[in-house]
Amino acid sequence: MTMTTTAKQPLAFGNIARSNTAVGLFFMLPAAVFLLCFLTYPLGLGVWLGFTDTTIGRDGIFIGLENYEALARDSVFWMAVYNTIFYTLIASILKFGFGLWLALILNEHLPFKSFFRAIILLPWVVPTVLSALAFWWIYDAQFSIISWSLMKLGWIHSPINFLGDPNNARASVIAANVWRGIPFVAISLLAGLQTIPQSLHEAASLDGATGWQRFRFITLPMLTPIIAVVMTFSVLFTFTDFQLIYVLTKGGPVNATHLMATLSFQRGIPGGQLGEGAAIAVAMIPFLLASILFSFFGLQRRKWQQGGQD
Amino acid sequence: MSITEQTNPHVLTDDAQGMSYLNRLPRRIVVLYLPLAVFVFVLIFPFYWMAITAVKPNSQLTDYNNFSPFWVVKPTLDHIKYLLFETSYPGWLWNTLVVAVCATALSLAASVFAAYAIERVRFSGSRPVGLLIFLAYLVPPSILFIPLAVIVFKFGIYDTKLALIFTYPTFLIPFCTWLLMGYFRSIPFELEESALVDGASRWQILIRVILPLAVPGLISAGIFAFTLSWNEFIYALTFIQSSENKTVPVGVLTELVRGDVFEWGSLMAGALFGSLPVVILYSFFVDYYVSSMTGAVKE
Repeated sequence: MTMTTTAKQPLAFGNIARSNTAVGLFFMLPAAVFLLCFLTYPLGLGVWLGFTDTTIGRDGIFIGLENYEALARDSVFWMAVYNTIFYTLIASILKFGFGLWLALILNEHLPFKSFFRAIILLPWVVPTVLSALAFWWIYDAQFSIISWSLMKLGWIHSPINFLGDPNNARASVIAANVWRGIPFVAISLLAGLQTIPQSLHEAASLDGATGWQRFRFITLPMLTPIIAVVMTFSVLFTFTDFQLIYVLTKGGPVNATHLMATLSFQRGIPGGQLGEGAAIAVAMIPFLLASILFSFFGLQRRKWQQGGQD
Repeated sequence: MSITEQTNPHVLTDDAQGMSYLNRLPRRIVVLYLPLAVFVFVLIFPFYWMAITAVKPNSQLTDYNNFSPFWVVKPTLDHIKYLLFETSYPGWLWNTLVVAVCATALSLAASVFAAYAIERVRFSGSRPVGLLIFLAYLVPPSILFIPLAVIVFKFGIYDTKLALIFTYPTFLIPFCTWLLMGYFRSIPFELEESALVDGASRWQILIRVILPLAVPGLISAGIFAFTLSWNEFIYALTFIQSSENKTVPVGVLTELVRGDVFEWGSLMAGALFGSLPVVILYSFFVDYYVSSMTGAVKE
């Protein structure tokens, strides 16, 4: 077990560095220009647009909270909020469960381990839209391969209407999202698992710990920091998901699968109501902030998890 | 997620073999191999389905009674031919490639300087800037695309490749900078100090000392950024209108899907060919992918 501390800058070097503030700012310039122009400014502009009645082709005027008041009375918007939370919650739990399971499997001694690891990451590498198209075909109302297989097995008698029925559609898009998200969770958690020394497990089992106890009192605590970060990313990307829904259902049937991102797109771009679309997008920000703060303060990395003192 | 002062993680390693030898074979089959097989099957099946559909003749595509859907009897290249010679697909591939390469190059260049400045020049305020870069990475495209559409329109680059080349760096620069900061951190200060003593300028140090040592990091960030821009969808959908400027994901979805009659064969061929470039890139650089993915998470 090696222990290293923060790399200390020698003093002389620090002095030279301090005189280089101008150089530092100069080096920052390209990135700063891009991020200010295309990230910070749009973020501010988005908040501003939410307070205006801008439409495509016409600059709007300030209308205060009217967009938000309209949204508060809009049952489709509340449906989208409910769907987004439901979608994020269920998909994240499933991704975490299956991802952790897969990571634990891959952490064992297996033949062709690196091959399996490479294969498993594929769903995450391939463009989401293109794999969603494959799911669209798999979920086809008439020629779904899943329906066909289940009918052959005699479990069902007529094809499942995967994307036509509201609840089926929700389950189907969640399944596709989980399919795409498992690899990221599994491979990240695997990297965390590999830093847990086997000797801890050996010591614990000499003391008579069962497999479950070793998982509960060694693996899980050591893994918590990585879990926190991975799940924050996963929740953020699931919450703001757009592509899967847009390909599979476009928000239908009867708005049953609209997420806030797809509703924002539909109202803003094809619908032309830029102001209203921006307001829906801005409504996502509190949720995002809440989840970032939750993971930052609630699940921070603790020193004891890395062998130090708290 | 220690965004503030980075302490090198206490590396715990040992050479223990683990206790897997204690598990007998039948138990390993039930606990390990069976679930693994199910996982691999579920994760890979959509790709198999994509590939098999792309080469199936139309007559077999929907006839599940006379032909087993899992196999193809007389594979055909008709769908692929149609895709390559009768649609704008090759043009979309080319657009995607151009946009991805330009956006990646632009982002990498900007990120190298930014990461070096934050991590090594340590100008006053470099810590908060590093934190802001991380937060910028968490800003999702789905809340930016409407205002960005307005901006892109005002700049007069709406419906051009430039619109995508300039907007993709919004998510690529934060990611690449964050990743490269980690790599630069691992390069010893002493190398830079001795170069400074020898009279090298900051620029020379960056080009001659730091960059050659950070090549693995550059490759990781580069291929990852390339993949992210290849896969990007919402900006491309919003900012591009004309068929000849579309990228593969947008083109396949908006132009190959027509009405109620789905050309599943050519649709799946389009999905397959659009995935191949990143899959091939990925297969050559698996370890770099894994390190950049886990690297971004571990910090």
